Amino acid sequence: MSTFILLTITGFGLGAMYFLIASGLSLIYGLMGVLNFAHGAFISVGSYGTWWFSAHVFDGVHSILLRWLLSSLVGLGLGGLFAGLVELVLIRPLYTRHMEQVLVTVGLSIAFVALLQGVWGTDPKTFAVPPWLHETTTIAGAHIPNDRWLEIATAAVVLCLLQLFLRRTRYGLIIRAGVENRTMVQALGIDVRKAFTLVFAIGGIAAAIAGVLSGVYFNVVAPDQGTSLLIFAFIVVVIGGLGSIGGSAAAALVVALTQQYTNYYASSGVGDMVVVLLLGLVLLARPRGLAGAIVGARA
Amino acid sequence: MTAVAARTLLSVRDLHVFLGQSHVLQGVSFDVPEGGVTALLGRNGVGKTTTLRAVLGLVGRKGSVRLADEELTSLPTHRIVRRSVGYVPEDREVFTGLTVAENLRLAERDAEPRYDLVYDLFPDLEGRRTQRAGTLSGGQQQMLAIARALLNDNRVLLVDEPTKGLAPALVAEVARVLERLAELTTVLLVEQNLGVVRRIARRAIVLDQGRVVHTSDAKELLERPELVRRLLSVGAHA
Repeated sequence: MSTFILLTITGFGLGAMYFLIASGLSLIYGLMGVLNFAHGAFISVGSYGTWWFSAHVFDGVHSILLRWLLSSLVGLGLGGLFAGLVELVLIRPLYTRHMEQVLVTVGLSIAFVALLQGVWGTDPKTFAVPPWLHETTTIAGAHIPNDRWLEIATAAVVLCLLQLFLRRTRYGLIIRAGVENRTMVQALGIDVRKAFTLVFAIGGIAAAIAGVLSGVYFNVVAPDQGTSLLIFAFIVVVIGGLGSIGGSAAAALVVALTQQYTNYYASSGVGDMVVVLLLGLVLLARPRGLAGAIVGARA
Repeated sequence: MTAVAARTLLSVRDLHVFLGQSHVLQGVSFDVPEGGVTALLGRNGVGKTTTLRAVLGLVGRKGSVRLADEELTSLPTHRIVRRSVGYVPEDREVFTGLTVAENLRLAERDAEPRYDLVYDLFPDLEGRRTQRAGTLSGGQQQMLAIARALLNDNRVLLVDEPTKGLAPALVAEVARVLERLAELTTVLLVEQNLGVVRRIARRAIVLDQGRVVHTSDAKELLERPELVRRLLSVGAHA
């Protein structure tokens, strides 16, 4: 029983990271039709930004908690800024040219990993985190690493904030409408390009949060970490339904828990295969994903 | 005589649109006088909807579109709309996942949106503000599409086949609303229902194969059944 609880909570922690990455991907595709293969770079900007500022700028801050919080905040800011710039400089000139968008984002993804390796080498980096995160909490005999709680709580807060933003603000309204029919949004006199940049920046911040948390979850940050997480985030987006935040959250849990249970109860590594199988089944049964009804009307 | 003497509000000159390999509009030119309804007529597929979309910049085009004295072709769609050009698209295109209130809120451009007018014309919508637009009937969705445009004080309103697919009782209701609209603003109307055109339009422009082939007073056109049959392939009493 304790193993099952450990696997479940750890699965929730992994799912939290998948959700943080997938939420931005899903909104970007839902609104703009852009398959953003460069999203892994946003994750790396968050993790490497946090590592660099922690090691070189805030290294004099005695409180580890404060140092980690400050460097993480800078990492998130850099992630959002970088994502916004990518949209403005690389994506905006290529609207409606989907093949070129794929080429540019794949190219940026590859080039960014190479850039990180070139500047800081291939060795993984670590940044100091509050010691509590490396301790465990015992629940029904299961020793749960404390960082899992942080990941779950952060994803829950981001999910609530995103839902509030989408439901209660004018830009949220524009984004929800744009996911359905962006041409009609323009025909109402709204400059939908501003929403595009905003969605990229929001997606970049969420991905950067995942980058910071992946540094805690895996204890290291590495140049290709963002890219490997991105593969599963794409699966989450497709299973959840393009453009649906709630669908992404549900799918992230399904994918992560499936991986955890299968890797333990079947055989290590089988989990990834089962997730791909799950993707195929969902595409056959519900081609528009779990929340397909929500995005089904997209023009 | 009034319509002829009215100032030209919207002027389209030598408008060309290519969609893929197809040369859909082949030098369309016409004027829309200020006030009242100008009907844009023609058989299916002659380029009526494309003309409205080209005016708004929703499709790539060459030529000139002037609103009063301002050239619009260099502006993106949202800026053209913000010059007080309203649009009611074919097939409604309401946001089905949003509520009625959200659809209207999204359409707000003016500092004081005309909700009083909207709910006066469409009292049914007021009671359905929290209902998802996707669950409305076709007629209610059409009312919502018109209401979005009515919310703002538009100089010209482009309305694309507002009676398409509606039951006869609703067609009469839409015609009544369009009559009221024409009192408030200039309307360029694409419409297949000649009964509606006869009731509300002052002028008629007929397109055929991507070109303007006839321009006249609407009543003058509709009183010539032979001409109507030749230009539109229907009887004048359709």
